[in-house]
Amino acid sequence: MSSTKKIGIARFLGTNCDRDIWQAVEMAGYSPEWLWYDDHFDVKGYSGFVIPGGFSYGDYLRSGALAAKSKVMTSLREAHVKGMPILGICNGFQILCEAQMLPGALLKNESLRFIDRWVGLKVENPISHFAGEAAECILPIAHGDGRYYADKETIQKMWDTEQVWLTYQDNPNGSIDSIAGVKVGKTAGLMPHPERAVFDWMGSSEGLEYFLNIG
Amino acid sequence: MKIAVKVLPREEVLDSQGRAVEKTLEHNNMAVDHCRIGKYIVLDFSEDDVTKAKEKATEIANSLLHNPLIEQFELEVL
Repeated sequence: MSSTKKIGIARFLGTNCDRDIWQAVEMAGYSPEWLWYDDHFDVKGYSGFVIPGGFSYGDYLRSGALAAKSKVMTSLREAHVKGMPILGICNGFQILCEAQMLPGALLKNESLRFIDRWVGLKVENPISHFAGEAAECILPIAHGDGRYYADKETIQKMWDTEQVWLTYQDNPNGSIDSIAGVKVGKTAGLMPHPERAVFDWMGSSEGLEYFLNIG
Repeated sequence: MKIAVKVLPREEVLDSQGRAVEKTLEHNNMAVDHCRIGKYIVLDFSEDDVTKAKEKATEIANSLLHNPLIEQFELEVL
């Protein structure tokens, strides 16, 4: 079952969705490997990467800001420039935005509440590496800082260039244009947690789609 | 030499914390027109030259302490 294609999973101090990602990546038929935040790595030999959710650096300063300056992100930037698939989930999405590998920023939810529930998502512009071709899906969210923000000009450019990947059907956090996920080339980030929806008993197995073509 | 970096959310960005404080003040008969919440970061430099220390503080603020998409900053020499 296990493929020789390797998927690197970045771990920071405070990452807490790493083992779920490991399992999802294995279920999708790839060989996962840990990437430690304080080490550079050689991008050769990997087919794709995941930055999991959690609270890197305890969300100090701004969510993802300190992690964005770590050694592992220097190597992931190289992978980004080479056009290798990188998926950032929740805190991973925040890190990719802070590293300016994706546009925009994620602010405190409009309600100030940590929101933990299922949401309906619409795929605005599909990316074949993640989520396949399904037009809609449901996934769980669990975040305090999930309000996507970018200035009007940037948002317009993102729609024009098909960088808006996912939108919420029922905007839970005040994100501009209900944006739940964005993409630039093969680098993509989303606030919902596909790794928490990989078996029917979890509520849905639609999240597995996000890992099937990751490498 | 100490320089403080004062970081505030940009005017056009909804500051949900500031809004919550604003409403609480209003409910407690201490209404204000507007409230915004930011960060106050104190940097201690071995540098004695104000201009050079401010240059370094600006570089630090731009590269890490503030995100220009959502925040603005000011320096204060202490």
